Amino acid sequence: MSNNGKGVLTGEFFMEGDVACAEGAIAAGCRFFAGYPITPATEIAERMARRLPQVGGVFIQMEDEMASMAAVLGASWGGAKSMTATSGPGFSLMMENLGLGIMTETPCVLVNVQRGGPSTGLPTAVGQGDVMQARWGSHGHYEIIALSPSSPQEFFDLTITAFNLSETYRVPVVILADEAVGHMTERVVIPPPEQVHTVDRRKPTVPPDEYLPYKAEGDGVPPMAVAGDGYHIHVTGLTHDERGYPAMNAEAQDRLIRRLVAKIRDNADDIIILTERDLDDAEVVVIAYGITARVSMLPIEMARREGIRVGLLKLVTVWPFPEKRLIELAGQVKAFVVPELNMGQIALEVQRVVGSRARTIPVPHPGGTVHDPKVILEAIRSAAQ
Amino acid sequence: MTQLAQREIAETHPRDVLLRQDRLPHIWCPGCGLGIALNCFLGALMKSGLDLKKVAVVSGIGCAGRVAGYINLDSFHTTHGRAIPFATGLKLANPELKVVVFSGDGDLIAIGGNHFIHAARRNMDITVICVNNFNYGMTGGQLGPTTPTTAFTTTSPYGNREHPFNIPYLAAGSGAVYVARWTTLHVRRLERSMIEALQKKGFALVEVISPCPTLYGRRNKMPTGVEEMEYYRRKSVIRHGADPRDVEIRYEGEIVVGKFVDVEKPTFIDLLPNDNR
Amino acid sequence: MARNEVCISGFGGQGIILAGHIMGEAASKFDKKSAVLTKSYGPESRGGACAARLVISDSDVHYPYLTQPNLLVAMSQEAYDKYASKVPADGLIIIDETLVDPEAVPHRAPVLRMPATKVAEELGNRIVANVVMLGFVAGATDVVSAEAMRKAVLETVPKKALELNRKAFDTGLEYAKKVVEITGSR
Repeated sequence: MSNNGKGVLTGEFFMEGDVACAEGAIAAGCRFFAGYPITPATEIAERMARRLPQVGGVFIQMEDEMASMAAVLGASWGGAKSMTATSGPGFSLMMENLGLGIMTETPCVLVNVQRGGPSTGLPTAVGQGDVMQARWGSHGHYEIIALSPSSPQEFFDLTITAFNLSETYRVPVVILADEAVGHMTERVVIPPPEQVHTVDRRKPTVPPDEYLPYKAEGDGVPPMAVAGDGYHIHVTGLTHDERGYPAMNAEAQDRLIRRLVAKIRDNADDIIILTERDLDDAEVVVIAYGITARVSMLPIEMARREGIRVGLLKLVTVWPFPEKRLIELAGQVKAFVVPELNMGQIALEVQRVVGSRARTIPVPHPGGTVHDPKVILEAIRSAAQ
Repeated sequence: MTQLAQREIAETHPRDVLLRQDRLPHIWCPGCGLGIALNCFLGALMKSGLDLKKVAVVSGIGCAGRVAGYINLDSFHTTHGRAIPFATGLKLANPELKVVVFSGDGDLIAIGGNHFIHAARRNMDITVICVNNFNYGMTGGQLGPTTPTTAFTTTSPYGNREHPFNIPYLAAGSGAVYVARWTTLHVRRLERSMIEALQKKGFALVEVISPCPTLYGRRNKMPTGVEEMEYYRRKSVIRHGADPRDVEIRYEGEIVVGKFVDVEKPTFIDLLPNDNR
Repeated sequence: MARNEVCISGFGGQGIILAGHIMGEAASKFDKKSAVLTKSYGPESRGGACAARLVISDSDVHYPYLTQPNLLVAMSQEAYDKYASKVPADGLIIIDETLVDPEAVPHRAPVLRMPATKVAEELGNRIVANVVMLGFVAGATDVVSAEAMRKAVLETVPKKALELNRKAFDTGLEYAKKVVEITGSR
């Protein structure tokens, strides 16, 4: 174990999920964290408060979550990789500046350790009710990236992935974790720094008088100059042209919004990560994410022992939604079983995508605890019939 | 000064180099005080001795929020009320930057009021220019956090029944190390205070009392910018070192101006638990 | 056994969660097994009942929660009353004899008694009762090895309390060896 030059805490640990997230952030190069205490995400802030000063970073506890998200965007424009972490009520407050982050194409990471909702709900218990909020929670139409870990190791790994995606596509990336994974302790292996793959935002290569801050390159993403680079950038949440100047007309809106949406949609194949188990011969596919993907492993094994050909499609990337893969599978299987700790959010997406090509069987659960594996088993059995 | 600057100066107004010419004309109404406040700010920037490559301006939403868009520096037009926390992140990510928040009273003191007091409490190293025109201009002249009691606005059609914030008192009470107030009539003194605020380490506030004849003045017996300026001339009293609690602005009342607070205190960055200052 | 499900329970302030963490770390890091720790959280960890739940397995742990605990370590009467009846006949219950009356509720599994709090007090500080108990668990069961548990204890506790914790652990371990000799249970 060593806290080496890049601040990577290389070694093997028995580590809590939230702590692993913080270590993943530091390994990814995150050097700024702004947050506000909230169960069950507080441990991330606590770890960052201890660790960032050790690696030359800055931690600040803000006065609320609106301020936290604003500070994270500001820090990104100051040149730092930045992150915040929260849970449902704070996630709601961050929607405002999540929108600013999308509109201004600001790389950053927003962790939501989901708990039971709505409102104050169940602060100390698990939920997955914010999946659609991550997708649509800020006003206006946009595309976003959201990742969902199922273990502390994955929470570490995906936090690095989140930073890399946010730097690549200049978009805030949401990590849709949950209380169960955040508060679970398990083996976490942190590799040596040379094995940690990190991505940094593209910088402009042209001189200031030729630079158009919002002129995209081939992949739909513009190179990013930050404050102090000498480019005299203007950054606004208003609809803007390639110069970054407000442009209050339908043509500018059309150009900008189509590009913001396309840079995610057109790169979906590169963004989407799925974990597939036993899908080759499957007639039933369980689609799950976060803690529920893990919980589903038990009923899947039980069903396999009963002779049911069932597999798992784990959504590591929840957004953008893996439409292409689902349409492929829909032609091969009888039904999709969708357990989740909400009353049916991803189940709706599955239904939307597969339509009548296969049955969709939601297994809703309001949260507070995880599914009873028998309930999922029952759904798998009925799907196989 | 850069070569570019010299060329521009030869042909145009000396402060044009600090403006995004391609964004003009601005959106502000005739008689509005924002142009004066901006002009003083540009003068202060030029005289401050700061490396202008390392100055960033952050605004929120509203008429004053548009200032960031006209200044030819790194500039950020953020969400309503959040200019200060955005500036906080910007400053902490790159402490070499001089970060200025330029916004209005509604943005900074109502929707952003909590951020304002907390940034002052932390002594966050930013300069805040708060243009106070006693109402919400961009949305058409509504009641604001600074509207004097009994004043008329579109959402106080029977006269304001609330007590306004006294911004210098709020700032001083929250921990600001520099607090000054001028009106747009006091251009030289305003510019001087802005220079001081830019050079000050820590949370420095300059309140600029500014006319909004189109929306505020019209409903309160001062329908032109000149009449609002005339009010400032009649009722302003320079009182340096005045106790901030005594500088509340009442309807048609005295406007105490001057420098009220100028003290030294370690900043948030000074007190960070590492060597990365 | 491929999959062990352990519930360590007591009240806030006894170091229950820490004990769970140490045992999990022993299994994961030093015995190279799979281990998952989940715990009661919130008001419960501030004075009321509290529990650390561990799944320890030779293979990957997919389902991370307890289905039926086969080892209960009860360090309060409330914890014992709540969980004792859930342990099957082929499982094991270990109680802190100082604090728990095992006849308060019916139980199927055998009960081993360890006066952990009393022993800790005799060692000079009741705060190490949890480590005494870990020593006992290491000696009386083979869920994790004694060597791994000892390493995990010494790695976790503060440097200035190292000696006291070493003694606490060894005392618990010795105690277990005697009990195992007498009862033949392991």
